[in-house]
Amino acid sequence: MSVTTSHAAAPAPLPPRAGTRIRLANVTKDYGLAVPAVDDVSLTIEPGEFMTLLGPSGSGKTTTLNLIAGFETLTAGTISLNGADVSELPSHKRNLGMLFQNYALFPHMTVAQNVAYPLRERKLPKADITRKVAEVLDLVQLTGRDGHFPAQLSGGQQQRVALARAIVFGPKALLLDEPLGALDRNLRATLQLEIRRIHREVGSTFVFVTHDQEEAMNLSDRIALFNNGRIEQVGTPEALYQSPETLFTARFLGDSNVFELSRVAEGTGTWEDQTWPVDSRTVSPRVGAGGRSALVVRPEDVRLVAGDGVVPPGATSVPATIRDIEYMGAYRTAVLSLGRGNAVGRARLDATESKLGIGQPVLAWWLVERQRIVAA
Amino acid sequence: MARAPKRWRTPSPHWLFLVPALALLTAILLVPLVNSVYRSVGRSDFTLEHYATLFTDGVTLKVLLRTATTAAMVTLIAFLLGYPYAYVMTRVGPRLRGILLVIVLIPFWTSVMARNFAWIVILQRNGPVHSFLKLFGLDVVLYGSVAGVTVAMSQVLLPFMVLPLFSALSGIDRRLLLAARGLGSHPLKAFWKVYWPLSRGGVVAGLILVFTLSLGFYVTPALLGTPKESLVAQLLGQRTTQLLDFAGAGALGFLVLVITLVLVAWANRFGGTISAIGVVAASRTKDRT
Ligand SMILES: Nc1ncnc2c1ncn2[C@@H]1O[C@H](COP(=O)(O)OP(=O)(O)OP(=O)(O)O)[C@@H](O)[C@H]1O
Ligand SMILES: [Mg+2]
Repeated sequence: MSVTTSHAAAPAPLPPRAGTRIRLANVTKDYGLAVPAVDDVSLTIEPGEFMTLLGPSGSGKTTTLNLIAGFETLTAGTISLNGADVSELPSHKRNLGMLFQNYALFPHMTVAQNVAYPLRERKLPKADITRKVAEVLDLVQLTGRDGHFPAQLSGGQQQRVALARAIVFGPKALLLDEPLGALDRNLRATLQLEIRRIHREVGSTFVFVTHDQEEAMNLSDRIALFNNGRIEQVGTPEALYQSPETLFTARFLGDSNVFELSRVAEGTGTWEDQTWPVDSRTVSPRVGAGGRSALVVRPEDVRLVAGDGVVPPGATSVPATIRDIEYMGAYRTAVLSLGRGNAVGRARLDATESKLGIGQPVLAWWLVERQRIVAA
Repeated sequence: MARAPKRWRTPSPHWLFLVPALALLTAILLVPLVNSVYRSVGRSDFTLEHYATLFTDGVTLKVLLRTATTAAMVTLIAFLLGYPYAYVMTRVGPRLRGILLVIVLIPFWTSVMARNFAWIVILQRNGPVHSFLKLFGLDVVLYGSVAGVTVAMSQVLLPFMVLPLFSALSGIDRRLLLAARGLGSHPLKAFWKVYWPLSRGGVVAGLILVFTLSLGFYVTPALLGTPKESLVAQLLGQRTTQLLDFAGAGALGFLVLVITLVLVAWANRFGGTISAIGVVAASRTKDRT
């Protein structure tokens, strides 16, 4: 029952382009706290896919990754790699690459020794080790640093070494736990690009953990959004941003205007004393009968006209007052108080709206197909 | 700050704080030491005869060798007991850690006499240890033997092994072990390749401390051992208090001091780089948390 494919030394210049299919079926990890850290999670990660586990602090991302890596034991469910159940397989036999937030470089070994470590464990011939270490250090642009100790490198360089060490033995899947969390903004952006490039070049499956939604959107083929140990929604970054199924998803990815609806029925929704048109195609399947729901619309989809202006027929509109205007660099955002004044919203101003001033009564409107009705 | 007026550049007088300690050390250590070395070379009529005698009297060398083997045994026992002990201390909660610390420090807090008499009771003929050994057909009395001395010394010196080890081990980032396992190491291999090398600074410190302290033990061997198998400290005591051979005692004392210093210097050189890495590792763990 060997799942680990390239355990035997098969010296190839670069790992072949084929990733592992990682499948989690009803995976649960219970530490005996009030709620399980990971609660009945099912997820299939396709070969070569860049899958991001996104979610707030404590939502179970690291625990899920550790379960895949074999650092933690399952309370329930199964994990399989390429169809073989590995639930009982110890971590050192799973042949997965792992990258930690704190780099976890061995401080008593040089860069070259660190990178060579997994190759030595696999008993590769010396010449192959030297060659592969040089190749991979080149790939992460660290040529010439072989003899340095980790403590002599900057954070970004250390993370590159860790990346090199994680991919040098050609794992078919790489697990990355907030690998860029400790780095500053510019360095993060650089390393994000590098991680994308390396993902393309080595072609293995990447499972990437982050709580930074922007990073998740930039990098991922698909995102699994975690909340309280459960998966809230899985999909491409576009799908999650454009078609959130729950209020949590809508709020976690990007900014949203949220209107909690008191009633959704017969093609209309009710908010305060207003009745708005609802297109059934924009209603999330998670909105069950009798469940609470909310209308969400992105600030860039909200248009403003002065109080006496006209709104296109069929658009949803709501009276609003401009409370403040925020300068965001590339654009300005109006902060609005909506309806009776209890709700706060945002609208991104376009060129024609820039004349509007603070305190001005306006009509905020959006096209029905730009709004989503989600489970609240 | 750096461009402050010139008067700021005069060295700050921190060294003044050292004066009391240095004065005390001079009075109680340096002066007697110089004095006894002075005597050992025959005061003003310089001679090395007392040093030569050490190597020719047929006793001193034997005692030195016995002392060194005893110290080595004590060090080994303290290490074998201390390493797992310190390791467990890093793995348990703060409450249990406190209790474990107290247990290892208890011999410190008991008076030397009480402790040694307790050992006499335990090790003597028909005492608990003797009776226990007899169950296995071993009629061995540890009281009055080097073995008994070794056991008692190991107990007293255990804290000097456990404390530096604990400090070194608690500085090791355990996630490194996970990393090693993730990279393909069996957990035992991960320990051997990662944990052990990072703990070596503490190991060297503990070994040096226990070994050098063992060399100078007096009361325990005097009470639990036998004059026939005396150790260096007893020999020194005998030469000063009974034979009044201050020159010979001075020479012996100085020889032991030199041996100890050479050992420390050697071990330090070989442990130096390692403990430096230990410090780096420890400080990096701190950064992360
Ligand atoms: N070893 C453990 N023992 C007990 N509880 C744990 C353990 N590890 C994690 N937990 C709990 O499980 C939950 C999920 O933790 P996890 O580390 O997976 O979160 P995360 O999504 O990675 O969060 P973060 O973004 O802060 O890293 C948390 O409530 C945490 O307290
Ligand atoms: Mg985490």
